[in-house]
This record gives sequence, structure tokens and C-alpha cells, in this order.
Amino acid sequence: MEKTIANKSVNINDEGYLTDFSQWDKEVGTEIAKEEDIEMTDKHWEVIDFLQDKHHKEEALSIRGIKKSGVINIKEFYSLFPGGPLKKSTKIAGIPKPKSCI
Amino acid sequence: MKNLVILGAGTSGTMMANHLISRLPKKEWKITIIDQYKTHYYQPGFLFLPFDIYTTKQVKKKGKKFIPKRVRYLQEKIELIEPDKNRVHLEHGETLDYTILIIATGTKIAPEEIEGMKGPKWHKNIFDFYTYEGSKALRDKFREWKGGKLVVHITEMPIKCPVAPLEFAFLADSYFKNKGMRDKVEITFVTPLDGAFTKPKATKALHYLLEEKKIKEVTDFNIERVDFKNNKIIDYADTEVEYDLLVTIPTNMGDALIERSGMGDDLNFVPTDKATLQTLAHENVFAIGDATNLPASKAGSVAHFEAEILTENILRYIDKKPLKEEFDGHANCFIETGNGKALLIDFNYTHEPVEGTFPFPGVGPLNLLKESRMNHMGKMAFRWIYWNMLIKGIHIPFVSATMSEKGKHFEEVK
Repeated sequence: MEKTIANKSVNINDEGYLTDFSQWDKEVGTEIAKEEDIEMTDKHWEVIDFLQDKHHKEEALSIRGIKKSGVINIKEFYSLFPGGPLKKSTKIAGIPKPKSCI
Repeated sequence: MKNLVILGAGTSGTMMANHLISRLPKKEWKITIIDQYKTHYYQPGFLFLPFDIYTTKQVKKKGKKFIPKRVRYLQEKIELIEPDKNRVHLEHGETLDYTILIIATGTKIAPEEIEGMKGPKWHKNIFDFYTYEGSKALRDKFREWKGGKLVVHITEMPIKCPVAPLEFAFLADSYFKNKGMRDKVEITFVTPLDGAFTKPKATKALHYLLEEKKIKEVTDFNIERVDFKNNKIIDYADTEVEYDLLVTIPTNMGDALIERSGMGDDLNFVPTDKATLQTLAHENVFAIGDATNLPASKAGSVAHFEAEILTENILRYIDKKPLKEEFDGHANCFIETGNGKALLIDFNYTHEPVEGTFPFPGVGPLNLLKESRMNHMGKMAFRWIYWNMLIKGIHIPFVSATMSEKGKHFEEVK
């Protein structure tokens, strides 16, 4: 379905994740973060960059990946994106959340 | 004489030996397969062993039975792969040179990755069921267990079979019902993902199963440690879940051989082209099944489809033809839901499981994404298919390596 985020028309799925990364930009990310009650800082964006890079390389996103990222440790990750950090950070990054096969 | 060497004689390696023996000219090629273990396990059976649905005999056989006679079968530990020198070192000093290498060394559980998991309570009240030993120990525990809090837990993704933990929870519900003690058992499903089901259609079609079976869900739980003294698992957000009996899926990792040889990623999985199955680092080295880093399920079902495409690609590689970029991540699996019923799902890299019929469009007899007794019969029959057809490389009629869209209710490709 379509939604207007940051004055831009984007396609999202039922759970509010962008379905087309090319529609993403920082303003869109900031707006999605606001909906999740997150005020973006430089540290947040660093994490978002890292996740997007992993996604483009088709590498799986996991807490282990965060631990080894060199960008942030896990406790900080939780404090930046409280309550389900991976599902929230991926939503802001405009990429799919980590999924199982069902 | 040229050498094709296969590392690992599990589901993938055995299938490849069987496929290739009839396809490679015997005057030119010698095929060798190496595995340190004598036993070939039917790993999907590890799900049923704890509930006394399968016996130990039904899930293991001598591996040798399934390796073609003309294939050289070495039972030895592999010490090191030297991909730049095209050779493999075995534990007792033998060195094998290869023209083509197939890595099929699989996935192992690594409970030592989480503090307190593989401690004094391992296989006492903390169990895995992804190994023969764990599954059997859990069966013995269940036989005498008086009830309490049963926690079914996934440590981190990816895991060999992502739906097995959920099937385990469903089967536990049936098992304790049949024993007349369901009221004494509290079942909780704990996952690092945002739900027991993570795809919208499956969630919509199947979430009722959790409610019907009174299985509690704890989501977004990334375990930090097991407090085995106080029987609690604790995550990075300091959320605690208490258990009397913890059934966990530990971290899954590729074989230590891959790490020793410097060929793996963080989890020792081999970076592999997801469509051709050639490894990214070496053109004469291919990888298959759960040894790869493919963004697909690490189940035998996927390996089965990969084997058909990898066989083609190895022949093409030998003939210096471009490889087929054909593997689409196709997987096809039965999911036990307890009470003699099962679901069937069919999906690939880009399509999520949907409703429909299988394998004949509009006819079935199997239903996709719906519980039925017929699907359960299919799952039970599959053990026979595995031992008699699948690992012997005999094509299963009507089931193709790439996914068919016919007879399925797709709306759009996501």
C-alpha cells in the first residue's frame, strides 16, 4: 500500500516497512523513527548505514552482527532503539526486518 | 585422471555423490567423499524422537549404504582445505589434490557461544534437539518429567530448520495432552524475531494455532546468558524468562574446518553465489546445503533442490560453459502441528508461503498453508522417501527444483 512519509509517496507493507528501498531517504527514515518515538542522532545514523550496507550485501542481520560491527555494542543498540532494536532499526533503515521462513 | 572431492557425507554430500557418479565419465574422473562419522542420520527425525514418535533405529543408518560403490569413501577427519593449492589434508597425513571441490560439511550447534548454556545443566534440564544425542536425552527426560515450565527457545538466526522449534512446541502440546498432564505443563515459545510467525500471510493463517494450543509467545528476545543456577534465560534488555525445562536451539555454525581453512564468514558459513552455488572466492570450489551462507533455509529440502542445480553447474563448469543461475531458494516442507496433522509450505527467495494446492495445481492432494491429516501422512511418508529416493539422487516425481507458481494464491511478489 501507499503512504505519504515526509511529503513523499512510498510503498509499505502491512507492518509499515518500505517495500522499495529506492524510495528511502534520510527524511523518510527520520519520520519513521518519530512514529517509533525515536529521535535520530549521529550514532543512530551510523547504525542505519551499517544495516543498509549489510542488507545490500545480502548478509543476514542479527544481534551477533551488531556485536561484531565495531559501530556499537549490544547494550547501546538496545538503548538507541528500545524494545526490539532490530525490528525498529530495520524499519527506519527502509529494509526488511529479519524473518524466518514462515 | 581428474579428482572431484566431496567434503561431508550428510544429506547434501551423499546426494551429490549419487548424482555425479552417473554423470561424470568414469575414465576421466575419480570421485572421493570424506566424512569422519560412520552414521548417516535422518535429521528431520530428531523432531519426533523426544516424543517417542520415532525410534532411534528409524533415524540412523550406516552412511556407507548410500554411497555408490565406485565412489571412494574415506572415513576420516578433514584437517584443512588449501583452496589456493587445490588440496585437502586429512587428519592422518594423507593429502588429496582436487580439480573440483564440493563443500558439504553442514551446520553444527554451538551451545558454548552463550554463557551458561553448555554448563553443568546441559542435558540435565537444558536440552537441544538438533543433535541425535540431545534429542535422545530429551526423550528420556520427557518420559519421566512431572511437568512445569517448558520453554522452547531460539538463540539466534539462522538455524538449520527455522520451523522445527515451532513444530516442537506443537508436538509438545499433543504429547502432554495424550499423557493426561497438559494442565501441568506451561509452554512458552521464545524467539529473537518479532513473532513465532514472521511473514504476514503465515501469521494471518496460522497464529490461531498458538492460541488453540495455549502456547505463550515471548518475542524480540535476544539471549545474553543462561542463569542455570536459577533456571532463567536473560536477554540484552534484561528481560527474564523462567524455565523448569529449557529446550533451546543453540547458535548454529558451520564446521570448524571452514574456520581453520579461512573460508567462512562470522558463523563459519562459506560465502556462495546464491543462484549458481559456486563459492565466491574460488571458481573450482562449490558449496551446498547448510554449509553455505545462502539466504535460504538450511534444511535438507533446500539442499535437495540445490543438488539438482549444482550437478548441472558442475557439468557446465567442466565443459567451460557459463553456469546456470537457476537456484531460486526453493524450499518445500511439511510442518507438524500436532494431533496427527501437518501443514505444507512451498516458498523461495522472493515468494512467501501462500495458500494453494501441491504438487498438482488446483488438485493437490496436499494443501498449502492449511492443516490437514493428509499433510501429516506426507511428512511421515517422507522418511521413506528420504532413505530410498532423496539421498540416492532419485528424482521425486512432480516436484521441481525451481518453484512453480501454478495452483498457488499469489497476490504480488514482495
